[in-house]
Amino acid sequence: MATLKELSKRNELFSGGHRLCTGCGIPPIVRLLLRSANGPVVATTATGCLEVGTTIYPYTSWRIPWIHSAFENAAATISGIETAYKAFKKRGRIPKDKEIKFIAFGGDGGTYDIGLQALSGALERGHNFLYVCYDNGAYMNTGIQRSGATPLGAATTTSPAGDVILGKQELRKDLTRIVVAHNIPYAAQGSPHNWADLSKKAEKAFKANGPSFLNIISPCPLGWYSKPEESIEAAKIAVDTCYWALYEVENGVLKINYKPKEKRPISDWFKIQGRFKHLLKPENKELLDKVQKHIDSEWERLLSLDGKLI
Amino acid sequence: MAITVNTRQTGLTGNSAVAYAMKQINPDVCAAYPITPSTQIMEEFSSYVADGVVDTELITVESEHSAMSACIGAAAAGARVMTATSSQGLALMWEMLYIASGMRLPIVLADVNRALSAPINIHCDHSGWIQIYSETVQEAYDNLFQAVRIAENENVLLPVMICLDGFITSHAIENISLLNDAEVKQFMGEYKAKHTLLDTDHPVTYGAMTLPDTYIEFKRQQSDAIARAKDVVAEVGKEFGARFGREYGLMEEYRLDDAEVAIVILSSAAGTTKVAVDEFRKADKKVGILRPRLFRPFPHKEIAEALKNVKVVACLDRADSMSSFGGPLFNDVRSALYDMEKRPKVVNRIFGLGGRDYKVKDAAAVLEELLKIAVTGKVEALIKYITI
Repeated sequence: MATLKELSKRNELFSGGHRLCTGCGIPPIVRLLLRSANGPVVATTATGCLEVGTTIYPYTSWRIPWIHSAFENAAATISGIETAYKAFKKRGRIPKDKEIKFIAFGGDGGTYDIGLQALSGALERGHNFLYVCYDNGAYMNTGIQRSGATPLGAATTTSPAGDVILGKQELRKDLTRIVVAHNIPYAAQGSPHNWADLSKKAEKAFKANGPSFLNIISPCPLGWYSKPEESIEAAKIAVDTCYWALYEVENGVLKINYKPKEKRPISDWFKIQGRFKHLLKPENKELLDKVQKHIDSEWERLLSLDGKLI
Repeated sequence: MAITVNTRQTGLTGNSAVAYAMKQINPDVCAAYPITPSTQIMEEFSSYVADGVVDTELITVESEHSAMSACIGAAAAGARVMTATSSQGLALMWEMLYIASGMRLPIVLADVNRALSAPINIHCDHSGWIQIYSETVQEAYDNLFQAVRIAENENVLLPVMICLDGFITSHAIENISLLNDAEVKQFMGEYKAKHTLLDTDHPVTYGAMTLPDTYIEFKRQQSDAIARAKDVVAEVGKEFGARFGREYGLMEEYRLDDAEVAIVILSSAAGTTKVAVDEFRKADKKVGILRPRLFRPFPHKEIAEALKNVKVVACLDRADSMSSFGGPLFNDVRSALYDMEKRPKVVNRIFGLGGRDYKVKDAAAVLEELLKIAVTGKVEALIKYITI
C-alpha cells in the first residue's frame, strides 16, 4: 500500500480551479482515487455536482480522458469504453503491456436511484472497472431533493421537516448490500476522513479482476447545513457513530475495517448538521430513538458477519 | 481496381442481411438489447461472435438506453460501433441518440421500423440522426456499408440510422446479391478517430458543461455537419455503385419525368406503389413516384426540383405526428415546395400504421384521386387516413 508520502508525490490528475463548493467532500475523494490508480486511467461521471463543477466549457479539471454523457448511464458508458479497450487490445491497436484503469463516478442520485439499472447491468456483465459513488445523501446538484440514500428523518427540499411530517419518513436504501448481491470481487464503504483506509480500498478495487465498487460518504455543507470547515470531521463522526460503517466485502468475505472504541450516539452527528435539527427537539425523541435503533441493529448485523463468507 | 459484381442470388430476410453485413464489417464493438422485430439481427450477430467468425466485442446490455450509452462510450474511445433496435427501444434510447449526435460520434444503428405504444403493437410504422430508408432487403444490406462510410466521413462525424420496415422487410426473404468479403474490407477502410478516450497521453474531455455563452455554437456546428452529410450520402452512393454495380442517390424517381400526379412515399411501400403505377401507365395515365432514400438531412431542394412539373402530389406517411396537421413526410415535402413559383397541390394520406396492409388497390385509389384533383383542381380532404 502506498504511503501518504508516496501518494503525495504522484501527479495531480484533478486540477484546482473547479467550481465545487468550499467544504465539498467530492474533490478529496476524487484526488485520492486518481492518485491511487497510479497509472493511465479513464473516467466517466454521471450528471451531477462533480460533472457540472469540473467541466464548464472551455475549462476542465480532468487531466485524464474523461466523458460525461447523461445522468443514469455512467456504468453503461464505462462498459462501452472498457469494451472498446478490450477490442483494441485484441486487435493489437493498444500495446499488450499497456494497462488502463476505468472509473465511473456517480452521486447517490445517479447511483442509488436513476442509475441503479445501468450499474446492476454492468456489474452482472463483469466489466473490469471501478464504480465510485460519492454519497451525500440527496440530490444536491438540483437543490437538495430527497434520494434513495437520504437518511431517515433528514430534511430536504422534497422531504421538509413540516408541522406534520418530520423530514424523510423512510429508511435509506442499503446500496452496498445490493451491489454485494451481484457477487463482484470487491465492494467497500469508505470515508474521505480516513485516507489510509480509502486509498487501500482503492488499490484493492483497482487490482480486482472484474467490477469493483466503492461507496464513499461525501459531506455536503450546502445540503447538510453544516460548516464547510467541519466537513472532514462530519465524515469522521458519521463513521464513529456507525451510521457509516467502514467495511469491505472481498471475494465474498465481509470485513469491518474500523470498529470505534466508543460508539458515539447518532445525535453527535446530527448536532453539527441543520438537516436534522428537528430530530433534536425533545418532542421528537421518538423519531430520534427510531433512527438510533436502526443504526444499532445494522451495526450488530455487520458485527455478526465480520470475517465471514456472506 | 478489380470489381466483382456478385450475381449469385442468396435468399435472406432483411434482418439476416443486416446481420450478414455487420459480420462483413466486423465492427470493434456492438451493444444491443433485444426488441421485436429487430431481435434477429443481434441474435444472428451473436452467433457470429460465438462461432468466432467475427472478433467484435459484444455487450449484451440490460436496456436500449444502456445500449446507446455503451455505444457512446465505445465510440468516444475510438471504436467502430454498431447496434440495432426498433420502436420502444429507439424511444428509450432517445435521450442518448441526441447525445451521440451532439458528441459527433459516428455510430451506426439498424432501425427496424415498428409502431410505438400505446396501444402496444409490434408491427411496421415509421418514426429520428441521419436517416436512410430502405425499400428492399438488398437495399438494407447495401445501406449498412454506406452508413459506416457516411458516419465516419470527417466532414460529417454523425451517427447514422438505416431504417427497414418491421416484418415487411425484416422478416421477409428476398433474393439478394452479397458482396465479396475482401472488397467490403477495402470499401470500409479502417476507422481512426482523431480524439479518443483511450489515448491517455493526450487526455480529452467529452461532454463538458456548456452554458448559454457556448452551447449554440456546438449546435451550429452539428447543424452544418448534417447539412454537409447530404453530399456525402450522394458521393458514397455513387462510389458504392461504381464498385459494386448498384448505385444509390438521395432519392429514387420512378416514372416521374412526365408525371402529372405523384406519390411521395418511403421504404417498402414504394414497391407496392410501383405495381400500381405500372398499371396506370399501361392505361397511359401519367403517374409516378418519388421515394426519398435520405430522410434526415431532408434533401428539400432536390425534392422540390423533382416535383416541379407535377400538378398534384400525395405524401403517404406511415406515421402521424399528432399535430392534427399530417405526418412528417407531408409537412417536410409541402414546406420544401413552398418557395416554388408554380407549386403542386399536396395532400397527405396516412396509411398502414401498426403494420396494417397497404395493397396495390390502396395505391391505385390514391392515384385515381390525384388524377381527379388534377382535373377539377379541388382538394376534398387535405389530410386523410387510408387503409382503414
